[in-house]
Amino acid sequence: MKIHEYQGKAILAKYGVPVPQGEVVFDAASAREAAKRLGGGVVVVKAQIHAGGRGKGGGVKVVQNAAEAEEAARNMLGKKLVTYQTGPAGQVVTRVLVEQGLKIKKEMYLAVLIDRSSERAVLMVSQEGGVEIEKVAAETPEKIHKVFIHPAAGLSGFQTRQLAFALDLEGPQIAAAGKVMNAIWEAFKNTDASLVEINPLIVTEDGALLALDAKMNFDDNALYRHAELKDLRDQAEEDPLEVEASKFALNYIKLDGTIGCMVNGAGLAMATMDIIKLAGGSPANFLDVGGGANAEQIKNAFRILMSDTSVKAVFINIFGGILRCDILAEGVIAAVKDLGVPVPIVIRMEGTNVEKGKQMLRDSGLNFTTADTMSEGADRVVALGAPAA
Amino acid sequence: MAVLIDKNTRLIVQGITGREGTFHASQAQAYGTQVVGGVTPGKGGTTHEGWPVFNTVADAVRETGANASVIFVPPPFAADAIMEAADAQLPLAVCVTEGIPVLDMVKAMAVVRGSRTRLIGPNCPGLITAGQAKAGIIPGHICKEGRVGIVSKSGTLTYEAIHQLTKLGLGQTTCIGIGGDPLIGTSFIDALGLFAEDAQTEAVVMIGEIGGSAEQEAAEWIRANFKKPVVGFIAGQTAPPGRRMGHAGAIISGGTGTAAEKMDALTAAGVHVVKSPADIGEAIRGAI
Repeated sequence: MKIHEYQGKAILAKYGVPVPQGEVVFDAASAREAAKRLGGGVVVVKAQIHAGGRGKGGGVKVVQNAAEAEEAARNMLGKKLVTYQTGPAGQVVTRVLVEQGLKIKKEMYLAVLIDRSSERAVLMVSQEGGVEIEKVAAETPEKIHKVFIHPAAGLSGFQTRQLAFALDLEGPQIAAAGKVMNAIWEAFKNTDASLVEINPLIVTEDGALLALDAKMNFDDNALYRHAELKDLRDQAEEDPLEVEASKFALNYIKLDGTIGCMVNGAGLAMATMDIIKLAGGSPANFLDVGGGANAEQIKNAFRILMSDTSVKAVFINIFGGILRCDILAEGVIAAVKDLGVPVPIVIRMEGTNVEKGKQMLRDSGLNFTTADTMSEGADRVVALGAPAA
Repeated sequence: MAVLIDKNTRLIVQGITGREGTFHASQAQAYGTQVVGGVTPGKGGTTHEGWPVFNTVADAVRETGANASVIFVPPPFAADAIMEAADAQLPLAVCVTEGIPVLDMVKAMAVVRGSRTRLIGPNCPGLITAGQAKAGIIPGHICKEGRVGIVSKSGTLTYEAIHQLTKLGLGQTTCIGIGGDPLIGTSFIDALGLFAEDAQTEAVVMIGEIGGSAEQEAAEWIRANFKKPVVGFIAGQTAPPGRRMGHAGAIISGGTGTAAEKMDALTAAGVHVVKSPADIGEAIRGAI
């Protein structure tokens, strides 16, 4: 789960990370009031969307006074912000953060995430702050410094000192940076985060360290033990069909093609998208109905699949292991009868009770196209979904 | 010959009294696996569908001589179950559970790495040695005793590969689902190392997916160490960046972990990489 910058800053501040003074507002007039409360001088107005790259997309404005803050907020609110991460469709801005302006002397990068190879959390820093860290990692990996956090020992003093020295900090900043590092590790651990990123962490002209930006993502598998995080979810940032699918424990991701897919298992679902592409089509979605799907879930899956108006044909690809082919057939037949699916449906199934399932499809009187292999199914669905010549 | 599990394996089921545990214990036994008992805390001393139930893994091992465990425990308690299996010094623990918090796994892995237990998974279908025994949820009836080993991050895609090999008459030795989580006990390299030593395994199917760099690391290892033919497939060639594709570990982040880079690395290491999952079986037939 992702949250907004201002929400991340509020969490980090609780753990002792210094953040700029600021307020989140939902309308332009409140931006003026917020700027006045911050002293009426220079403030920064920042669009709050989950995607990165806001600065380059025009979602961050430094302004001189409260009137300009209102104008900047008006120019952002209710409008679509397009960044390299939102894609061309962009994301509508519903809230902006108004923050005190600061004189920046140095920009650094600081993050905690899970490192798969060492099987530990890794704390990483770089002097290349305020830029895309992926670019730094690709072009100058030596500029990224890491320490790995032992699950029993935690983050040690020597480790935070190592990183503080690697950042060329001096004097009291060494201890201040150590405090920030410990704070973000504690926040990471206690909220089951999957990423805490401060980019940039700044040193001001008077020598203070502050988190100028904050990004926090959480481990979806651990949300069950964090009731306090539930209210931070902003469903406006998610695709409405994906929100709907999540209510039924269906793993659905909307894509921009025209062939709807319904598959059991994440790997097979990805492979089905791939084989549709190889057959010359393009997948409209990723959908894993899971291993234990029942007829009701199949029906919900169909309903969500068909709410996407760009779907021109549907490919159902099921390898029955635990999920039996006859149960699948029952669900599909019920869903099609109930919902009246108006596009061609190609079904390829294999595995447990496949003959019984195929017989049920034949006996249903409905117009299904069946296929014996994945590639045959992909070829057929792409042909059926192609616009009439 | 086979790897990790065979007809002599003595298997216990952690979470045997649950719905999944019961069902898959029966399926494993029907396939010929020696299922010697199960563990459900608080139900020790009872029997469940004929199997003795113990309160702890240590009790079960002492009383039954078990040397392997399969874990069907809900996500909030699964990491604890893994650590209990390691504490009881079981040589093999297979965790099927999907949805374990990753910070729980960081702790569990620290315990497992210091133990004599080999962990398979979590978030995996388990493993099966064709015609002998299974631990997990891979359907036995699609397998056929044969010549090819399978190592895979995916469940149903593994079944797909098994099915193709069976239809072509090539069959399988052992099929290992290593799991789709970011932290897993057994890597591609570990599994390939076992297949290297197994005389019956003539070739290996390796099924990866987007996210992380385990496939690239395996490619390096194959180039230097592995002499048998390998056919590879990477799922997620059309997956969008930044989205988690079902499996917790299947995400392209910061432009890395793409299918293309994995396919390139494997191809450069001499692996026969197929673009279509439908071509896995034929590619193996061509290779052996």
